[in-house]
Order: sequence, then structure tokens, then C-alpha cells
Amino acid sequence: MKFSETWLRSWANPDLDTDALAHQLTMLGLEVDGVSPVVGAIENVVVGEVLEVVPHPNADRLRLCRVDTGGDEPLSIVCGAANVRQGVRYPTALVGARLPGGLKIRRSKIRGEPSEGMMCSAVELGLGEDAEGIYELDASCQVGDPITRVLGLDDHIIDIDLTPNRADCFSIIGIARDVAAANRLDFAEPEFDAVPAAIDDELPVRIEDKQGCARFVGRVIRRIDPAAQTPVWMQERLRRSGIRSIHPVVDVTSYVMLELGQPMHGYDLGLLDKGIVVRRGKAGEKLTTLDGQEVTVDEEVLVIADSSGPVGLAGIMGGLSTAVSAATCDVYLEAAWFAPGVIAGRSRRFGLHTDASMRFERGVDPQYQVRAMHRATQLLCEIAGGQPGPVHETVENAHLPVPKAVFLRRDRLARLLGIDLPDDDVVDFLTRLQMKIETVEQGWRATPPSARFDIAIEADLIEEVGRIYGYENIPETPAMAVTVLGHATERQVPVQRARTLLVDRGYQEVITYSFVSAKLDKMMATASEGLSLSNPISSELTVMRQSLWGGLLGAVQANLSRQQTRLKLFESGVRFLPQDADIIEEEVLSGVAIGSVNPEHWDHRDRQIDLFDVKADIEAVLALSGMKEEFGFESGVHPALHPGCTARITRGGNAIGWLGALHPRLVAKHGFTMTPVLFEFSAKAALASRKPAYQGISKFPAVRRDIAVIIEQTTPVSDLESAVRQTAGDVLRDLVVFDVYQGKGIENGRKSVALGLILQETSRTLNEAEVDGVIQAVVKRLSRDFGAIIRE
Amino acid sequence: MQNVDDLIVRAQADIAASEDLESLDSVRVRYLGKKGELTAMLQQLGSLPAEQRPVVGQAINKAKKALQESIQARKLLLEDARLAASLENERLDVSLPGRGQHLGGLHPVTRTRERIEAIFRGAGFDVHEGPEIEDEYHNFTALNIPENHPARALHDTFYFPDGRLLRTHTSPVQIRAMVGQGAPVRMIAPGRVYRCDSDMTHTPMFHQVEGLVIDRAISLASLKSVLHDFVEHFFERRATLRFRPSYFPFTEPSAEVDILSDSGKWIEILGCGMVHPEVLKNMDVDPEVYSGYAFGMGVERLSMLRYGVDDLRLFFENDVQFLRQFN
Repeated sequence: MKFSETWLRSWANPDLDTDALAHQLTMLGLEVDGVSPVVGAIENVVVGEVLEVVPHPNADRLRLCRVDTGGDEPLSIVCGAANVRQGVRYPTALVGARLPGGLKIRRSKIRGEPSEGMMCSAVELGLGEDAEGIYELDASCQVGDPITRVLGLDDHIIDIDLTPNRADCFSIIGIARDVAAANRLDFAEPEFDAVPAAIDDELPVRIEDKQGCARFVGRVIRRIDPAAQTPVWMQERLRRSGIRSIHPVVDVTSYVMLELGQPMHGYDLGLLDKGIVVRRGKAGEKLTTLDGQEVTVDEEVLVIADSSGPVGLAGIMGGLSTAVSAATCDVYLEAAWFAPGVIAGRSRRFGLHTDASMRFERGVDPQYQVRAMHRATQLLCEIAGGQPGPVHETVENAHLPVPKAVFLRRDRLARLLGIDLPDDDVVDFLTRLQMKIETVEQGWRATPPSARFDIAIEADLIEEVGRIYGYENIPETPAMAVTVLGHATERQVPVQRARTLLVDRGYQEVITYSFVSAKLDKMMATASEGLSLSNPISSELTVMRQSLWGGLLGAVQANLSRQQTRLKLFESGVRFLPQDADIIEEEVLSGVAIGSVNPEHWDHRDRQIDLFDVKADIEAVLALSGMKEEFGFESGVHPALHPGCTARITRGGNAIGWLGALHPRLVAKHGFTMTPVLFEFSAKAALASRKPAYQGISKFPAVRRDIAVIIEQTTPVSDLESAVRQTAGDVLRDLVVFDVYQGKGIENGRKSVALGLILQETSRTLNEAEVDGVIQAVVKRLSRDFGAIIRE
Repeated sequence: MQNVDDLIVRAQADIAASEDLESLDSVRVRYLGKKGELTAMLQQLGSLPAEQRPVVGQAINKAKKALQESIQARKLLLEDARLAASLENERLDVSLPGRGQHLGGLHPVTRTRERIEAIFRGAGFDVHEGPEIEDEYHNFTALNIPENHPARALHDTFYFPDGRLLRTHTSPVQIRAMVGQGAPVRMIAPGRVYRCDSDMTHTPMFHQVEGLVIDRAISLASLKSVLHDFVEHFFERRATLRFRPSYFPFTEPSAEVDILSDSGKWIEILGCGMVHPEVLKNMDVDPEVYSGYAFGMGVERLSMLRYGVDDLRLFFENDVQFLRQFN
């Protein structure tokens, strides 16, 4: 809400400068978004009246004017504006004047004729963005008066950002109520003089939706002066609230809305067919709103209708067909109370966010319609004359919110704010907020004013007391708390540790969006369709990711295009896996590596990262569990991975993730010239851990025996290892695979695998025969299970 | 005897003339070897008259000892010289970079989130996480945001066809954690959150840390204290804060917290308030016995303020040239 500082001060004028006032508003919860002077500096611009206009002898479009500016002699001013007329008053810049744009006025000659000043347009005064001709002042402006005073230009526009609960501050009266309370100024809601009826004319009103419209106040005003103009002071106040002057009737309703918070509407009475009906729209009914948009309404929408159909969207915008115009003589004014729930969402539906809908959506004071009507009548009759009819009120009190007394306990107040306030202060603060206070045992009962329907519970009152007391005056007091010890489980390694390890192994963490394009997701997923958003923000971000690879590959692509040719990226986050009718959110560690194994270096003969480089990184993460023997890598099939370079990662036989080279098709699709290696596995499954258990260290020497066997090329070495471990038993301390060879000397389709067995007993030195026994058993087993041939 | 003296002079000259260990060794062989000159003299000792033998023998032994010492001394000298020469050969340009992998790094959002967690963990806060796909109840209703509440519209929620949604804040984690656990509690809930909004200052996904403390004597004064402490720990400097009244459906009273920047401007950094009694009830906590405060902060926002990042969108572009600056 934007408003003029001087307007606010005419209601509540604390002894604070503009900055301090702005700070105070913010500290009251009415956050000031901006404060700007109404115009730049203006000096020596006064009201001048044109006494005489004659043509310029040397220029068709210029006129010579004699202008009375209150000095001894009228001034001669050359003027090019088409609207300059004798007898009209204009802002006149005298010689030596300074205008907001920095323009200085000098005595000059224009086409040979002397000019002792300049008559100004709204643009030249900094009052508007465009202007046709010079600014016409009304006759109430005194000749010679400084324009800054006449137009109230020594003023600021204050813009406040209102929270949804403070609908009452969509008006000068609401803001003034808070400012007065905070500064302990006297403030009373004004009683506007009721403007009595001069004629008997009324318009019949029927309310069909009494819940939606619990109060409807209407008034006929006949025979206004169609030529009347909105006075400058009102135009200026409206302008400073961001509202353009349109027509005296419209301007008056806008003014009352800004002043009192009650949106109003003015109809051209002559264009209304018979009477007013407030009802729900009928499906298919059409209405052209004031802004010229044709909307189709239905049961969801409350409309104002006459006998021929809807003439306005209730609480949002009036209709074009009954709008006031320069020809309007008879007016019908409306001030209604619409229930917030009936207006909320409708303006969004029609794309019509109006000053009225904004207020009705949050709620307007249910008790202000009649007063607003009187205020509007008074202003309109002052400006345009006219004869008002009786104020016609249709009300359904049962559907109007009634302020309820709220109980405030003294100890509760102290406990929640952390301060002890004297009772007198509490009563004073709430009274100044125009609440009715009754002192009771343990505290008070406070009834808020009708505009403060946001106050419904004790905590609301506590906030009010805190606000007026000032949050900044509440001390900072550390709370006493019982000692709580932290958890330190050994059953699960924190993901943080795994992230640190990946970082230490050269991976850069990235964070990508949890939603990806459906197409990309499908390419990366083993399952079917992912979960789609109903309202995605773009077609590229529609589906909850089933894998983090899509985002990671996107990051690779983006970085490659920025000449980053070696990338090791990882992300830790959630993937969303459909399971039956549900979605499982699984936290995974996911990564990608592409480019050379090492950063470019003076001593490296480098090669591209391959599966085993990345596997080592994963093995390091898995080893954090302290149970690496539980993990396995089996060849598997994944749609995003190269079929020959795909490993399913298992723990205790259960699949926990994938490792592999990107499928060549997808390599091409992404436009990569190198093949990225990808991994992704469940963080929880991978990092489940155990507490270590001590075992005695052998004091006896270990013996190493190496054997080389030739087996089928397709036999996984891990199977070989399992068999060796099983056969050798506890005496096998360690087992290493130190060579794998295919090629010359080895039959096609077979490979040679060299194993080192480290044997050790805890209680004694192994003798030669025992070692030979173990090795023989192992060889026998390998030859039986794998057809292994010992290589000599 | 003359022979011995001559031999010593010659031998010493030969030793001194040896330029490397190999020629020194041949000098040793020539004089002291099995067939060496001095060895030969010693062997001839038997042919001397008995009375001369002790004298000559002594002289030869003395000579032998002298030569051995000279050779040893020369050997050490030559070895030193050889080592010096080889050291010179092995001289490295130690200014060259080391070999192997470079460190990676954490994303600045993670870095910031971990710092926030560390600060609160130090004060005994538990860290809780929860699902990112939520239902209306946990994301809105339980937090005192009923249907048609204007705050729902403000949240720009992503919905799924079945009516579920992507959480718009991490507050639902608090509801989930509290139900069953009960008061008192000190917890924070960090995580990803989603709003259907994208422009210069908004991304459809971002990170929040929300905090909750419920106990018997929790007040706005204790909230002010803990947040001021937090901010000073986070920024590692003294900070001027202002708590100004604001509105959140789940807290009452509510406040927003601004920090005074070096340029004298107030910058909003977090929102907070006293937990609304309805929300306490939804957490199975009796508002007559307990009170609590809650706060929420944007991780990206804090990260931007701490590290001087001026464009939110950088966090999700994942340009390694940006990310590496936080390593």
C-alpha cells in the first residue's frame, strides 16, 4: 500500500521525521518497502493566472501571455502549450526557478519576444510520466502561492508491504490507528456527518447470497454536475497512492477506499436496469469488466446484477455497461461487505487483481459501510453537487463477523514475551488500539475494534502488546534448558563422512533440481514412469527424478561447454522411486567422472578415466562401513549404461546401486566426445556399519603363496576369490589379485588370473606341509568349480 | 729400510693421485693386495737375518698402517666427492607441482548448511529430516494454514495429481518429529524445499533450515537471544539485528529478523515467532504447559550474504568455476 505521508499525518502526526516515521512503521509490523519524495526539489514555482493571450508575431504555434503571479507587474511569458487560456491558473516558474529535472529558468527571448518565466506541465513538475499541455489548476488555488504548498509537494510517498493479517492497514485510518497508539497520541475514529437525504429515490436491492454479501449499502445521487472536476488535492493524494484520476465519482470512491479501507463502486444510475441483485453467477453468463475484458462467470462467482444480467464482479471490478462517464448525471453508489472466502481466488482466476479484490480477499471492516457511504456522499456533493437519496442498507447480521472478547492472562503475557509489564501499560496499549478492556481475575478481557477481526486468540493480544511496547525493547534472555547429550551411533556412518571422502578423492559436489524432463528421466531409470507434477514450472522440469544422473549429466554438459574437460562431480540427494501406488524417497550418493584420470601435469602420461578408477572411489566409500566384504559388483543391465561395462552394486546379495560407463547411444545424445562413468547407490544401505570388535594379532610369521590359474574369460574373478576364501578358511589372512592377463600364450576365450594367498595362524607358525595342504585344496576346488588350470 | 721409505713415498703419491674410487682401489691392490709390493716385502721378511727382522717388520707394519689410513682417508674424500656429484645430478626443481589428484569440494549450500547445523548441534539441537513429497495436512493444515488461507496462495505450491505436494518449507518435519516424541524439544530441520517461482531472486527449489524449541519457559526474549547468538556465530562477527513484527500462520507473535549491513541497510535474513497454540496442539503438545519458538532461514540467502554471492541462480548452474571457489 502506497500513501502520502502528509495524508497520514493529517490523521496521526507524531513528532518524528520521515525516516523515523518509516522506521516506526516497520517496527509496528507495517514493513516500509520504500520512501520517496513526491517530486524532486522545486524552487520559485508559483500559481499564475493568465490575464491575456495573444499570438506570437513570429511563430504560429507560440503565444504571448501576460501572467499574474502576484508580483507588482504581470509577467510576459511565451508559451507553446495548446491548452493555455485566459483566466486559467497554471504553475508558473519564475526567473531563477528550479524544476525537479534540474532545469533552471532564465530570462530569455523566444523568436524575438522576451519571456520572463515558464508555465509548467505535470511532467515538468515531476508529477507524471506524460502530460498533454500545461497543468491546469482549479480556481481555489491562490495566485502567487508557492506550487509546492498548493499541490502539497513537500511530501513523501511511503510504500508499505502488508502481511496477510493486517487487512485493516489497507487504509489511512488503519495505519493511523497503529501510529497513534505507538506514539500515545489521541486518536478517535472520526464520525463523518451523515449527509441527509434530499430526495426520496432509492434502488431496490435483493441479496440472494446472504453469506457472500452480508451487508449492501446503496445510495442514489441525482443531478451531479457532469463537468465537475476532481480537485487537485484529491488527485494528488490518489496519485501518491498510485491511482490515476479518472472521474469525480470514481475518484471519490477510490479516495474513500484509501482513507477508510472500504472499497466502493459508482454506477451510472441511468444505465442500471431496474434494481440490484447480489447473486451467484449462472454458468455461461458473460460480463465485460471496466477494463474491457469479457469474462464468463459461473456458480463460483458472486456477481452484482440488474434485471438484464451481471453488471459487476462483486468485490473485484465493475462492469463497463453501467460505468460512469462524462455524460453521467445520476449516480448509484455501492458500499458492501463481501465475505473473504467468496472473493478469494476469483481475482486470480480472472487475472484481475484490483485494489478492491485485494482488500475484500483479506477482509474489510464489517462495520464501516454506512460511514463510508456518508463520507463518499459528502465528498461527491462537495465536488460535483447532486442530490442524495436515503442511505439504503440491506444487512444480514448473522453472517457478519462479530468481534469477540479475548481473554489475556497476565502470567501468559509475561511468559510468552519474556518481560513483566505493568498492568497499566498493558491496558493503555490495548485501549489505544481501540479495544474495549475489562479487567478480570488473572488478566483482562479485550474486545478488538471491528476492523481488527484478525485478533481471535490470546496470542494475538500478546503480539499486539509486544508490538506497541516495541519488539526492540524486549531483552535477549538466554533460556534455561536441561542438558541434552548428543547421539553418536556406530551403526550408521553419516552421509557427511561419505561426502567428505568423495571430496578428498577429487569430486566436486553439485546440487541439481529434483525434477527433470520426463524424457531424460526415462532414459536414466530402470523402472517405468516417474511421478509427474501437476503444475511444473517448465517443460524441462516435470517429473520427480528416479535417478540423479540426468541432472549430473546436465551439469557435465554445461561445464564441458565452458571448457572444463575433466570433471568429477557428485550429488547427495533423494531419488523418487514409484513403488506400487506409492513413492519411495531414497537418499543416494550419485556421481559422474569424465576426462583424464589426473589433472593435467608435467609428469603424467595420462589416460581417460575408466570404470576401475571410479570403482576404487566407490570401494573407498563402501569401506567406510567397515564391512567391505559384504559388498559385491556383479555384471548387470541398466538402460543408461554400456551393457558390457555395467556393475550392479550389492550388499549381502541385495542390489543397492549401479556403476557403469554411459551407454554409447546416450554419449552421442549428449554430444560427449568422451565416455563418462556413472555411479549411484543408496546411502543408507551403503553406510550401515557396525562397531568394531577386537581380535588378537598373530605374533607368528605369515606365509605368502602365489598361484596363477587359467579360467574362462567370462568367469568373474570375484567368484574365484569367494571360492578361495571358503576353501582356505580362517588361516587365509589376506588374498590379492595381482595380475589378470589375456592374450598371447593364453587360449582364446580364457584368461590367466594370479592370486596371492597370505596365510597365518594366530597361535603358531605354519609348517610347510600345512601350507601345501591349503594350496592344494584351493587348487583342487578351483579346478573343480571353474575348470581352472594351474599355470606353471 | 730404504725400500720401505721409498715405497711409502711412492704409494702416498699414488693415493693422492687417485681421482676415483676405482683407481684408489687399484693403488690399494698394488701395495697392500695379496700380491702387493708391501705384502711382498712382508713375505720376504723371513729371508732377513733374525736380528733385523723385528726392526724391518715393525717398519713394514707401520708403513702398512699408514697406507691403510691414507687410503681410507682418500676413500672417504672420494666418496664424498662422488656423493656430491650424484646429489648434484639428482637435483630436482622443487617448484614443480606435486603429482596426483586435486581435492574436490562441497557445494556452498552444503557448506553453509553444515555450518548452520554445527552451530545448533553445539547448543544441543537435534537434526531431523523428512519427506520432500508431503501431504496438505503436514505442509499446511497442521501448521494452521487452512484451505483458502491467503498464505497458501503465497506459497506457490507444486502439486501432484493425487493432491500431494512438494513441501514448501521444512516445517512439516517438525510436525512429524514432534508427534509421538513430545516436549521438550530442541531441533532443526534442514532440507530442500520447493516453490513454483522462478526469476532473478527465486529458484523453484532451494534449501531451508527451520528450528523449533519447545519447553516450559520459552519466550520471545529467549528467541531473540538464540537468534542473535546464531547470527553472530554464523557471520563470525558482531551483528546488529532488528526483530520486527510480521506474520506467519504458524507463529504468534511473529517476527522477521533483519541484519544491519556494512552499508547501513537492513537486510532480511530469517523469520521466526512463538509457536501458535493450534500448531502446538497438532504436535500433541499442551499449550497450557509448554510454549515454544520456531524460526526458518534460507540457506542460499545466508550463503549469499556470507560469501558475497550476488546471483541466486549460480547455486544451481553448477559451474565448477563457481563451485571451486568454495573449496
